[in-house]
Order: sequence, then C-alpha cells, then structure tokens
Amino acid sequence: MSHGVAPHLQVTDLVAGYVRGLPVVHGVSIEVDRREIVTLIGPNGAGKSTLLKAIAGLIASEKGRIRLGGRDVTALPAHRVVSSGIGFVPQTGNVFTTLTVHENLKVGAHLVRGSLNERLERAYALFPPLAARRPLRARALSGGERQMLAIARAVMADPTLLMLDEPTAGLAPRVVEEVFRQLRGLAEAGIAVLMVEQNARAALGVSDRGYVLTEGKNRFAGPARALLDDSRVAAAFLGGR
Amino acid sequence: MIQALADGILTGAIIALGAIGVTFTLGIMRFANFAHSELLTWGAYIALVVVAFAGPGTPTGPLSFGWQLLAAALVAAVLTGFAAWAVDVLVFRRLRRRGALPLTMVFAAFGAALVMRHLIVLIWGHESRYYTRELQLAVELLPGARMLPDQIFILGLALAAMIVLHAFLAWSRTGIAMRAMAESPALAQVCGVEVDAVVRLTWIISGALAAFAGVFTGLTPQLHPEIGFNLLLSLFAAAILGGTGSLAGAVVGGFLVGLGENLSLLVISPGYKGAMPFLLLLVILIVRPQGIFGDKA
Repeated sequence: MSHGVAPHLQVTDLVAGYVRGLPVVHGVSIEVDRREIVTLIGPNGAGKSTLLKAIAGLIASEKGRIRLGGRDVTALPAHRVVSSGIGFVPQTGNVFTTLTVHENLKVGAHLVRGSLNERLERAYALFPPLAARRPLRARALSGGERQMLAIARAVMADPTLLMLDEPTAGLAPRVVEEVFRQLRGLAEAGIAVLMVEQNARAALGVSDRGYVLTEGKNRFAGPARALLDDSRVAAAFLGGR
Repeated sequence: MIQALADGILTGAIIALGAIGVTFTLGIMRFANFAHSELLTWGAYIALVVVAFAGPGTPTGPLSFGWQLLAAALVAAVLTGFAAWAVDVLVFRRLRRRGALPLTMVFAAFGAALVMRHLIVLIWGHESRYYTRELQLAVELLPGARMLPDQIFILGLALAAMIVLHAFLAWSRTGIAMRAMAESPALAQVCGVEVDAVVRLTWIISGALAAFAGVFTGLTPQLHPEIGFNLLLSLFAAAILGGTGSLAGAVVGGFLVGLGENLSLLVISPGYKGAMPFLLLLVILIVRPQGIFGDKA
C-alpha cells in the first residue's frame, strides 16, 4: 500500500452517526491507496454504510479526520466533497429513475465545466450496454444495468476515490462478476476503490485489502488473501457463499 | 360554447403559470405552499407601483398598454422571485432545517399567506385598482368567440414563458439538476448539486411566473388584494390534476381547470363557479390521485 507517502484516503479515528451524541461509527481508521480495491466487511449494524456516508459528507462527523490526497475534507458538505474527488454509489436509490440514462450521466458531471461529450462517450465505451439505453428512463433498466449506470454516473466527475455501498446486492452471479471486473478496471486506471460488501468472499476475491468492522470499530485488517485464509475471519464473517 | 372555450383557455393559461410554482414547491420542497397565491397578488401590485411611476404607456396597436406595462411585469417578475425566496429564508427554510413535518409547513404557509395578503391591504387598501383605463374593443377570433387584444397577447406571452421553462428543464444542466433534486435530494448532493442553490432558483422561477399570472389577472380587468387568493384552489387543483412535480402536468392541469370552470357556466349558475375547482379536485383525488403525468406512489 503506502510507499513512504501518505495514503490517498486516510480516515483517522472517525466518530459519526445519524444523531449527534449517538454515534454508529466509534473511532474507525482506514486507508485506501490509488490503484487498489479495499473492501469493508462485517455484520449488519457494524457501521460500514455509515462510514461511507460520513466520508461522502452526507452525515456529519463528530470526531476524527478524513483526508483525501493530503487535503482535509472532514467538514465539507456532500456537494463539495464531490469536487474534492470522491465519488459515491449508495446502496439503494443510486440512479435517478425519472431521468434518462443520458441525463443521469450528465447530472453525474454537474460540477464539470465545459463540454461533456468526451466524458459521455468514455462512459458509454466503458459500459456498452448503457449506450443502447441512452434515451430510456433509468426506471426501465434491469438491476445490473442500473448498477452500471450508478457506477458510470459516479465516474463522470472523474473521482480519485470511488466508494460503493453493496454494489452487487440482488444481482445475478454473472452480473456480479461483470461489476467486479469493471471495478478492477477502474482501479487499474488509477482510482482508489472502497466498497462495502455483504457478498464478502467474492468481494475479497477481487480486492487487494480488506477491513473487518464490528460494532463501529476496527476488528481485523490485512491483505484480502490473508483475511480469506484467516480462520477467525472465515468462521465469523465469511459465511454464505 | 365557443366563447366559454376561449375564456377557459385564457383562464387556463393564467392558472397554469401559477400552478407551475405550486407543483415545483410540492415536487422539490415537498410541501403544499398555500402562500403561493399571494405571490400572484404581490406580483400584480409590484407591477402597479412601476406603472404608477412610469405610466402604463401609450396604447400600442390594439393593446390597451405600451411597453411600460411589459417592463413593469418584468420588474415584478424579478422582485416577486426574490420575495418568494425571502419568504423561504424567513419562514420555510428555518422550519426545514429543524426537520418540520409537512403539516407544520402547511400551517406556516397559511400564516405566511395571511401576513402577505394583509400587507397588501395595509398599503393599498381594499378598493379595486387598474393598470390602465383605456377601453378596448373585443375582436372576433372565430365565429362566436371574442377576445380582447390584451387577452390574446397575454395568452401568447404565457405560452412563450412555458416553452422557455420547458426548454430550460429539458436541456440545461441546471434544469436537469432541478429534476434530479425533485427525485432524490441526497443523490443529487452526491452528484455535486448544491441543494440550497436549487431551492433558491426554484423559488425565483416560481415567484416570477406567479407575478406574470398576477399581472395578467390584474389586466383583465382589475386588481384587488384577493386576486391571488381567489385562484388558490384552482392552482392546487391544476397542480394535482397534472401530477405533482410535473411541468407538463401543471400546464395541462391549468388549461383543464380553466376550461372546466368556464364550461361549467353553460350548465350551472355563475354563483357556483367558485365550487368548480373543488369539485374537480375531489374527482381527481378519487379517480387518479397521482394525476395525469404523475407516477404511482
């Protein structure tokens, strides 16, 4: 991971929750570098989604620091976090169903000045099924296509960190593979990828590193391979397929 | 019959302009702004102030007014737009930030409406006022359908405003961001859309269109402090009939309510005209609660 320089995303002792004084995340620290995929796993209520929302600026952090590329982004509101380089794909409601595929991509680049044509073409090249659906409202898309649109939308703003909350929930196995393949490609293109996954075994399979959170705190951390092989992690957190 | 159609289309255009603001507040701010009708009144009276200074202008062609009244309408549109935003900052935004329930917002809107209406009464009194005292001859558009040249002009201007707004929402980046926020404020923020900026713009557009509707109502033929309030139910009937949050819905709803009100005069006494929007609203809520262009909830 870090080669002597500070990691791209550095979250230090973060405390955050939906109601002030009732934190869900109790002092979590994580790091993500560019070109790597990092997965957060852990039981329901461990604070994984809350952590992503706090980094995205959707909920206020009570304590701790969030730094991106050396810049402090802890107190920025959500719309400013985007311009600092963080793209976020929420778990549900992650596309605008009343807008067309094309309009969804345009909203994704809301802060980009100048012509969007090049970016739009790049997004369609990256996700060819979307090109054919361009004029359709997003509500007409299949689950897999929606997820692709959500990722393409987040990438329109050229993020340096892409965060995804359960990107494969409810998708067919073949589509899950496709989504993971896309994320691998984005990481290779230089983006730092941070995801929360219920489908822990498969997610760690494509990840470089992972963190296990429980009750809003760090529990285990390490290379994805090591987590997969660790009997304590496997027994408690890698059940299911 | 044909005359009732012509009258209905004119009333409909004015209702549509007002209903667009109602539907935007419902769609983006998610509450029923019963103070919206007062913005029509404010717009009409702001234009009256400008006309008092500049005069209505020498009648141009068949119209009863000159460019000064048009300029007054534009000034009124801008000022009413900012007034709408000011009411939001003073009243609604404070409540939103405290997580007020929709019902609280509705009561606050009733309160704001009373204050806004009585400010007008306080300044200008109850009596009727006129932009211009020029007389006009109606022209026969179709056999049996007469309209004043002013009315034809108003209809054209109202349609132009709707077309411009449609183009803005359909193609401009800000317009797309507004529609995005209407669906999901959280996701719009994650895309970099600043919620406060969209809210401000929504109020300015709603207020400006309300001012146009108010000036047009005042032109045909007079102003009084209740011109907005008298249209309140029609505005809501139009917005709900069209489907909340939908521009096309507000426009189509506006014309349908306007036509409904005027065509009803063929079968019922004019004394009951005021009940028509209520009746329409009831029928819509029973038959198709999501409105013509609305999505099923």
